[in-house]
Amino acid sequence: MTQLAPKPSGLKLTKGRRKVKDAFSSPWASFFAIVIALLWTIPTFGLLVTSFRPKVDIVTTGWWTFFSNPNVTLENYQSVFLQGNNVTPPLSQYIFNSFAITIPAAVFPLTIAVFAAYALAWFEFKGRDFIFFSIFALQVIPLQLTLIPLLQLFARGQIAGVQVLPDMEITGSYIPIWIAHTIFGLPLAIFLLHNFLRQIPRELVEAARVDGAGWFMLFRKIIFPLSIPAIASFAIFQFLWVWNDLLVGLTFGGGVREIAPLTVRLAEMVGTRGSGWEVLTAGAFISMIVPLIVFFTLQRYFIRGLLAGSVKG
Amino acid sequence: MGILTFGILTARETGWDVIAPNLTITIFGLLTFAAVIFLLFVIGERSSVKAQEWVKYLVFLVPALFLLTIGLIYPAIRTLFLSFMDARGENFIGFENYIWAFTKPEILVVLRNTIIWTLAVPIFSTTIGLGIAYFTDRMKRGAWVKSLIFMPMAISFVGASVIWRFVYTYEPNLNKPDIGLMSALAKAIGIADPPIWLIEAPMNTFLLIAVMVWIQTGFAMVVLGAAMKNIPDEIVEASMLDGASQWRRFSQITVPMIRSTIVVVVTTVLIGTLKVFDIVRTMTGGNFETNVVANEMFNQAFQQRNYGTGSALAILLFLGVIPIVAYNIRQLRRERTER
Repeated sequence: MTQLAPKPSGLKLTKGRRKVKDAFSSPWASFFAIVIALLWTIPTFGLLVTSFRPKVDIVTTGWWTFFSNPNVTLENYQSVFLQGNNVTPPLSQYIFNSFAITIPAAVFPLTIAVFAAYALAWFEFKGRDFIFFSIFALQVIPLQLTLIPLLQLFARGQIAGVQVLPDMEITGSYIPIWIAHTIFGLPLAIFLLHNFLRQIPRELVEAARVDGAGWFMLFRKIIFPLSIPAIASFAIFQFLWVWNDLLVGLTFGGGVREIAPLTVRLAEMVGTRGSGWEVLTAGAFISMIVPLIVFFTLQRYFIRGLLAGSVKG
Repeated sequence: MGILTFGILTARETGWDVIAPNLTITIFGLLTFAAVIFLLFVIGERSSVKAQEWVKYLVFLVPALFLLTIGLIYPAIRTLFLSFMDARGENFIGFENYIWAFTKPEILVVLRNTIIWTLAVPIFSTTIGLGIAYFTDRMKRGAWVKSLIFMPMAISFVGASVIWRFVYTYEPNLNKPDIGLMSALAKAIGIADPPIWLIEAPMNTFLLIAVMVWIQTGFAMVVLGAAMKNIPDEIVEASMLDGASQWRRFSQITVPMIRSTIVVVVTTVLIGTLKVFDIVRTMTGGNFETNVVANEMFNQAFQQRNYGTGSALAILLFLGVIPIVAYNIRQLRRERTER
C-alpha cells in the first residue's frame, strides 16, 4: 500500500501544490460536484421541511410548494414528542432509552477493547498473532449468525444445555442489549486500537518498565493517556453505530416497549397504518438529530476513525 | 427557562415511573463497571511483579476473549449446528433446510435479490464516490460538498428509509397533486402515469438499492479521497507537463495508484450490504419481491420461529463473506511481513 505511506510533510502548500490546485479547479468538475451534493441533500431537506408543515398542507401539496406558501408549525413535533397513548409511550421515552442504551454500549466495549489491544500489542506470549488474526476475522461475522444462540444464552444462561451463567432474568432490560453491542463492537475496536497502540514508541514503554512500572501502572500512566485520541474517534463510531442500530434493539430488547430505542419505534411507526407523514417526518428527524449533531461537530474525528478502519486494513 | 419547563413537562408526560427504574439500572450498570475496573487495577498494581505476569492476562486479555468466545464463536458454531436441525432445534434433519432454501421459489427470489444487492451497491457507490472524490480533490471549498454527500452516513438505515419512502410516495388519484418527489419529477418529464414505485418489481429492488448507495457513497468518497491526497504532486505535475488529458490522468494515474484502497472500499461496502436488513424491512417489509437474505433470516427465526431455516439462511450469508475474509487476512499478513 505504498500510496498510503505518509508523504514528506511540509509540502502541502508549496508553490507546486498550488499550481496543481489551480490547474485542477476546472469549473465543470466543481459544477458537477455541487450538483451531486445538492442531489444528495434534497431528500433529507424535503423531510425536514415537511416535518414543520401543517398536516393539511402535507397531504395535499408537495413539500416544494412550501416556498411559495410558507406555513410553519411545531405541532407535529409537539404531538410525537409528548403524546403517547395506552399502548405506546411518547418519543421522549424512546429518546431516553436510546441514550440509556448507547452510552453504556459505547463505554463497555471501548474499555474492554483498549485492554485487549494493550495486551495484544505489548505482552509477549505464544499465540499472540493467532489471536490477533482471529479477532480480525471475527469482524465480518454477520450479526445474523449469532442471534439465535445468543438470545437463548441470555434467556436461559445455557451453552449446549450446560448452565454457564446464572439465570439472571435479564431479558426485558437493557442488559442483554448492552452485552450484545459490547460483543459486536469488540472485534473492530480491538483491531483499530491495537494498530494505534503498536505505534507508541518502544523506548517509552521500556523506559517506564525499567523505572519499575508494573503492567498496570504502565497502562494507567502511559498507554491510556496516549491512546485517548484513538479512543475518542472510535467512541464516536460506536456511539453512532449503536444509536442507529435496529437489529440488536429489536431482537435483544425482546419487544418490550419500555426499553426500546428510537429506531425500533420509528420502524414500528412506519409499519403502522395511520401514522401519517406529519408524524413520521417529525419522528424521523428527532431520531436523526443527535447523530447529525455528533457528525457535524466531530466530523474530523469520525473520519479519522473511519480511515483507520478501512485504509490501514 | 423555556428549555427547563419543556424538560419538566417531558418528564411528567413520559411517566417518571417508567424512566426511574430504567435510569437507575443505567447508572447502576455504569457504576458497577467502573468499580470493577477500579478494583482490578488496585489489585493489579498491588500484586507482586511475579504475580503481575499472569494477573495481567486475566485483567486485560481474558474479558475480551471470553466475550468473543461466548458471543461470537460459540453462537456461530451453534448456528451451523442448528442449520441441520428442525424448526425447534431438536431433531437432526440433514440438509433439509438448505434444500428448502434452494428449491422454494420465494427463497430463490430472496437469494437472487441478495446477489443483485451485493453487486449493485458496491459498484455504484464506489464509482460515484470515486468520481466525486476526484472532482473535489483539489476543489476550493470542496469540504462543504463532501460534507453534504457524507451526511447520510450519520443517519440510521431506518431514518434513511423514512426519507426515501417519502420520496417514493405514490398518489393513486391522478387529479390530486403529488406529495412524493419521485412522482412529481416523473410527471414533470412527461410520464403522465408514474408507476407505483415500491410495488412494481423488479424496479422496486433497485429503488431500495438506491437508498443504500445514497448512504455508502459518502464512505467511498471519504476513503478514496484520503488515498488520492497521498498521490505525490510530482507525478500529477509530470503528467500535466506531458499534456495528458483529464480522463487519461484519472484512468492511468489516479485509479492505478489507489487500487488497493478501492479494493478495501468495495469489500467493506459489500460486507455491509450483505448484512443490511433495516432498509428492506422498513421500506417494503420484504414484500413485492424485494426481500433479501438478512431480512428473511429474521422472519424465519423470529416470526416463523423456525430456528432451522433461519440458521441455514444465516450460514448462507456467512458463506458469502468467507472469500472476502480470506482475502483480507492474506493482505494483512503480507503487510505485516513487509513492515
